[in-house]
Amino acid sequence: MIDPIFLVEAALNGILLGGILALLALGLNLIFGVIDIVWIAYVDLVMLCMYLVYYLVQVYGWPVGLGALASIALGALLGIGVHLTIITPILGSAPINQLLATGGLLFFLQSFATFLWTTDHKSVRLSLPSFEIAGIFVPFTRLIPFAISIVAVVGLYLFLTRTFVGTAIRAVSQDREAMALMGANPQRIYIVTSAVGGLMAGLAGALLIFQYSVHPFFGGQFGPLTFMICVLGGLGNMVGAFVASFIMSEIISLAGVIWSTEMGYVIAFVVFIVMIFARPGGILARRG
Amino acid sequence: MRAPRPLGVILVIVLALVPALPMAGMKQYVLHVMIQILIWAFIGGAWSLMGRFGLVSLGHGAFLGLGAYTAVLLWNFFGINPWLAGGVAMILTALLAAVVAYPCSRFQVVGHYFGLVTLAVGEVIRLLIVAERDWTGGSLGVSIKPVGGDSLLAMQFADKRVFYYAALVLWLAGLWVWARVDRSMARSAMEAIGEDETAAASVGIHVTRFKIGITVLSAVLTAIGGVAYAQYISYVNPDTLSGIGVSLRIVFAVVLGGMYSLLGPTVGTALTIALSEYLRIAFGLRLIGMAETIYGLLLVIFIIFLPSGIYGSLAALVRRQRRAPAAAAVAG
Repeated sequence: MIDPIFLVEAALNGILLGGILALLALGLNLIFGVIDIVWIAYVDLVMLCMYLVYYLVQVYGWPVGLGALASIALGALLGIGVHLTIITPILGSAPINQLLATGGLLFFLQSFATFLWTTDHKSVRLSLPSFEIAGIFVPFTRLIPFAISIVAVVGLYLFLTRTFVGTAIRAVSQDREAMALMGANPQRIYIVTSAVGGLMAGLAGALLIFQYSVHPFFGGQFGPLTFMICVLGGLGNMVGAFVASFIMSEIISLAGVIWSTEMGYVIAFVVFIVMIFARPGGILARRG
Repeated sequence: MRAPRPLGVILVIVLALVPALPMAGMKQYVLHVMIQILIWAFIGGAWSLMGRFGLVSLGHGAFLGLGAYTAVLLWNFFGINPWLAGGVAMILTALLAAVVAYPCSRFQVVGHYFGLVTLAVGEVIRLLIVAERDWTGGSLGVSIKPVGGDSLLAMQFADKRVFYYAALVLWLAGLWVWARVDRSMARSAMEAIGEDETAAASVGIHVTRFKIGITVLSAVLTAIGGVAYAQYISYVNPDTLSGIGVSLRIVFAVVLGGMYSLLGPTVGTALTIALSEYLRIAFGLRLIGMAETIYGLLLVIFIIFLPSGIYGSLAALVRRQRRAPAAAAVAG
């Protein structure tokens, strides 16, 4: 029998992981919901940002905050770049071609990272204290990224609901033809969306590098999970994606302690498959 | 569309004569590449049986991995020969395919959602292979226990020519199945379902039955391809047989070739394998990762500029040119 303290600790770790997954899922969900294209290579953009922070902070000795800002800027630029070079030409293509174009980008980024930086695992270690509650140690290296993610998620929510551009983005995701008829320029909305999605990737990269080591195949670790959270939460449903992030992270964390890491992911994916059948519109959708 | 008969016969004769051609020291290598192309073209053909009807699976690695690992593990641990074990693998894959296809069809999971469900299934199989490391060797993979020498029963041969002819027969069988489906009633039914499920159901097409049928057929053929590939390489690894990488590679090859024509998957597979082999040799051990980088870049460019595939685009061009003189004759 497993000591309950381990389970409590696992549950806590699940919450901390859930914050970062929420950041990734909301960035991808925004793009998915507005442009209606799955960026298979989304987490590979995060990987590039992680490498940037690694080199700036660990190799060139930049302060952490500045490295993080650079990562956010790179993420936004990558988002715009991917949209203009790859997504724009295939906006009208068959869905399978759209999927494969970003899948090709995934191959490209993985192997280019291997070429530039080899397959070595690289990480930035910060020495921050931990604090203890009831026998459980919570490291600040995980608590601070969690807090920042939550702030960013709330920020995104406010941007989408309270600003003019945010409202336009939500309008396009609801009905793109009607928006074009109203005289809005969809391409401009797409670029803003891609930039915001990329910005979230950059921020996620800056937060992840302090907890996970980066390597060219990092995308495979979080990529599939991120798409599944988006679908589980419901496309374009920000609150749903947020809730789904925590459900998935708890499953992975708890099952990981009870069985093994792989079994944690297996159970999470099986839950995803079953949920698609049970609630195709997402966990928070009303049954139609 | 069917390839003209005389041309097809000539193609098969040329392919059958390949091992007899003088190629100096290159022969083993050329045969190795050809065998890979034939086996993966067979698998690509199996994928396109579903793909052409709008059932875009991103998880064929699941069927490939399940098939290959079942056969290898039954042989290594219980000494069951790959013919029998391959049969077991086909039954298991058929069951898995039915378990995935039934709810997908019942709950109308289509498009992106179908892709993501199959992707999850592929990941589940890959992770289970890694998790059961006592049996499967985890992510290090496992080698097939050798019998020492040639054995038809164990499907192990020292001579690559045997595998070459076996792969050729397998590939032709795959083409035959593809052509059979292409000419059957099932094709019209599946096309109707792909266009509009509700409308298809309203004219009396049993949507669920057809969808499960085509998925099971595609999965079983993929499993056979997996067993063949495992026997040839005599080593299995979760990353080369299961998971997203291999699933995407299959889809790439087929879409590149064109999934609506008989030889499309073969042309696409031949091109992608030839390209990656060429890049691998050109760069060798220098610049590790460069070959794959160029490969990925070319894939993106191909998808953007040749949306209906190379073979598909060429076939459309030929058809247009043939029709033009005919139209002129009618007009005159």
